[in-house]
Amino acid sequence: MSHRHTLSALCVLTASLAGCAGFHPPQPWEKGMLAKEAMTMGGDAQEQRFDQHTYNSKEAASGGSGVGGGGCGCN
Amino acid sequence: MIRKSVLALVFALGTLPALAIEPGLAAPEFTLASARGPVSLTALKGKVIYLDFWASWCGPCRQSFPWMNEMQAKYAAKGLQIVGVNLDANRGDADKFLAEVPAKFTVAFDPQGDTPKRYAIKGMPTSVLIGSNGKAIEVHSGFRADERQALEEAIASALAAAR
Repeated sequence: MSHRHTLSALCVLTASLAGCAGFHPPQPWEKGMLAKEAMTMGGDAQEQRFDQHTYNSKEAASGGSGVGGGGCGCN
Repeated sequence: MIRKSVLALVFALGTLPALAIEPGLAAPEFTLASARGPVSLTALKGKVIYLDFWASWCGPCRQSFPWMNEMQAKYAAKGLQIVGVNLDANRGDADKFLAEVPAKFTVAFDPQGDTPKRYAIKGMPTSVLIGSNGKAIEVHSGFRADERQALEEAIASALAAAR
């Protein structure tokens, strides 16, 4: 390649190296979707409590949602 | 004839982000649609402008509207113009918000998000207090009840300096 074209090709290549790094996180004004209630991790409070209770009863041997159980004093 | 290498360099530099609005910098010009015709910053030159970027999904914006109505009524005669730029992608959401929380100041619409990008705002809501010389005096992110006093004082001193 001639010297005339090398420099311009290099400049364009360097700019395109940004490539996938050019994808930026959502701007503050683009977060409308994230603000919707459906996007929160919680849902119906009663359903949450029910799920938590079920989980705790099944995981009771290892402490449920609290500290690991065991009962032998090892933790 | 521009050399190809210079042109390529200019294109590469074009990808740099906008300079964020800061106190002392000239506020970037914009022209946006509103219910009462186009709103542009140059047309409002000479007034102290409280530019507020808001959206219907932003909780603190709901709190700020009654206060902004109060400020507009109180200081309009002294040369204050509050401009609320709506950033909802969906105009219906904005209209629904305004039906619930009416605005007694100018509301412009920027669904493309071009103006906040040029101002490089960092949060929602963001308010920019622009002096009568077109330069930003104060940039404020968020809105809380305990910030009203300080914001009002900033407006009052900007109006006093403009006279």
